[in-house]
Amino acid sequence: MTERTSYSTFLGGEMTTGTQPQIYIHETVRHNRLRRYWKNLKETWGLFAEDKIGLLGLGIIIFYALLAAAHPILMNTVWDSKVYDPFIGNDPLVINNPSPPSATHILGTDPMGRDVLSQLMSSTRNEFVLGFLAAIITVILATSIGAIAAYFGGWPDVLFMRLADLINILPFIALLVVLSAFIKMNLWVLAIVIGILSGFGGTTIIFKAQALTIKVKPYIESAKVAGGSDWHVVFYHIVPNLMPLAFLNMMFTVTGAIFSEAALSFFGLLNVRMSWGIMIYTTQAAGYMLRGLDYWYLILPGGLSITLLCTAFYLMGRALDSVVNPRLRKR
Amino acid sequence: MWKYILRRTAQVIITLLIYLFITYFLLDAQPGDMTLQYMNPRFTETQRQALAVRLGLDRPVTERFIMWIGNMLRGELGDSFSESKPVIDIIKERAPRTIFLFLTAALTTFGVGYYLGRLLAWQRGTKTEYVITIFGAVMYSIFLPWFALLMVLIFSYHFKWFPLGKFLDPLVWRGLPKEMNANLIFNRLMLTVMLVVLALVVVTILARKYAPNRAGQVISGVTFVVLVLALLAWITFPYRYLAGDILRHLVLPVLTLTLVNFSGTMLLTRTTMLETLREDYIMAARAKGLPERMVRDKHAARNAMLPVFSNFIIGLPFIVAGGIITETVFSWPGMGLTLLQAATTSDIPLIMGTWLFIGLLSLTAHLVADIAYVFIDPRIRYT
Repeated sequence: MTERTSYSTFLGGEMTTGTQPQIYIHETVRHNRLRRYWKNLKETWGLFAEDKIGLLGLGIIIFYALLAAAHPILMNTVWDSKVYDPFIGNDPLVINNPSPPSATHILGTDPMGRDVLSQLMSSTRNEFVLGFLAAIITVILATSIGAIAAYFGGWPDVLFMRLADLINILPFIALLVVLSAFIKMNLWVLAIVIGILSGFGGTTIIFKAQALTIKVKPYIESAKVAGGSDWHVVFYHIVPNLMPLAFLNMMFTVTGAIFSEAALSFFGLLNVRMSWGIMIYTTQAAGYMLRGLDYWYLILPGGLSITLLCTAFYLMGRALDSVVNPRLRKR
Repeated sequence: MWKYILRRTAQVIITLLIYLFITYFLLDAQPGDMTLQYMNPRFTETQRQALAVRLGLDRPVTERFIMWIGNMLRGELGDSFSESKPVIDIIKERAPRTIFLFLTAALTTFGVGYYLGRLLAWQRGTKTEYVITIFGAVMYSIFLPWFALLMVLIFSYHFKWFPLGKFLDPLVWRGLPKEMNANLIFNRLMLTVMLVVLALVVVTILARKYAPNRAGQVISGVTFVVLVLALLAWITFPYRYLAGDILRHLVLPVLTLTLVNFSGTMLLTRTTMLETLREDYIMAARAKGLPERMVRDKHAARNAMLPVFSNFIIGLPFIVAGGIITETVFSWPGMGLTLLQAATTSDIPLIMGTWLFIGLLSLTAHLVADIAYVFIDPRIRYT
């Protein structure tokens, strides 16, 4: 027997006694599944890479991910933690704060003498954690509720859809402002609140619409005929088929979450130590926002980063949209 | 159709009640209660309980909610803690400012977005399309508070074209007779905008019978006449410079809101327009030998408008939310700024009051847009 290098199933082996050729399947089920995923991934990547705007988005996201990853490394090696700490750092060699960019402080220091680049990098990690946590909660809630509402219909459908309508017509930022008066908001709480709100809100409607088209597919019927229970059909057949859409939707939720966090920090309603919103808030509160573009190193980094990262996730979402949704492909 | 409108109105009222109940319940579930607002270190526990009984806090939450609804219908929303004024007075004073800002911003957003989207669909594959699309995507996800501050920095601070903030210049408003106040001007401005829009909607509906060329002429003619009439009405008004002052303060917030919000409408118009162009009836219209402009305006644009309009309805809350941020940055003293101040000072009656107002504004806008949809949609007949 040779090595199991070949992928495909083939007929082989020595003809043994009898008339029947023996069939060897040189592949475990797990291996086969992995291979199909890999092939799928390659195809998806091919479709995705057609859209140059989507690649631009991905590039920006990777850039920021590297920034976030680099911060702890820099803090432990090159940067002195007393000088470069994003919350309490202070450089005794810099007398006038804020100070413009220099060799030691590449983006200058803020009005309290803290290094702007260090703040920017440490906030990036927070934004990613917040965005992905909110997106995962949203997707888990929205896929299960959407699938349940579509599959069962009846009162769960009415209840969840009316609730989604209600959340949908409310201005999101205003809702968060009101909630922040009731609940002490920090990064985790905010991620959960955003996840729940958008999970019960508009996202559910999209997922339900998609689940309705899946529900009438023949394989759902087969699964039921084969004796699958309702819950089995919902969670093993409908939900996995919602996954491409879920992945696409995560991109938009991340954008929304980063924006909301920044807006609340900017209003000073969020109990978080450092974020891009807080950087803008500090600049404005200290009065450097309207002192002209001489203070660009205070004005630009925070706002530009929020805008760039949000745009990147949005562009990536649009590119994924044309992968998931064949109607939008170029023809 | 009237039945449909009535049903929608009933639904909106029920939604509003549920919405208020959820807010009230959330508020009630918080640790501590209203008595803490009156707390004084020397208060004993019995005194506090007596106060709770006097304020009706010992009753179940549903009963209190019904009482609150009853009071609300009579226009009593309690007193604000931080401003020691009745909440209803604060709302009456500040609501027109927000409504006017919102109305103007919503109209310009939709107008600009729809116009550019139509243009974009016709420019498919050109450089213009790429540039506008990327610009639109960046504006769509730009960080609004920061962008608004940049607008202030550029247009008010650097070029000094517009004022830095607030909604009027106190120097202009000195020494006026007592019955003249800002709300009077706001109400008149709002009335003007609404009348102009109403006239345009009526004309557009009436002009549907004509061929697009002719309809275009009729619509622009009537627009001109209506605008001239509105201007004439304002010129005869002795305090017109006050309105000018308010409008001068209004330009920058509306410009900011439009720039941030238009791209959603624009990108969607483009997509639906391109999808509509592939339909069979467009080919049929072209095969009939109709001029390109007729195909675009009468056959494609009107059908493409439906999803755009319904998306605009869905997008209304974003304009309200954007309005809150803009109000904060431009220190436009409307309801959004009030909500933020109330939230930072835990001024519960004021929060409930502004929250009620924002809910009402969103729901009413939805309702109006839904009803307008009935008139726009040529296919669906509501019975």
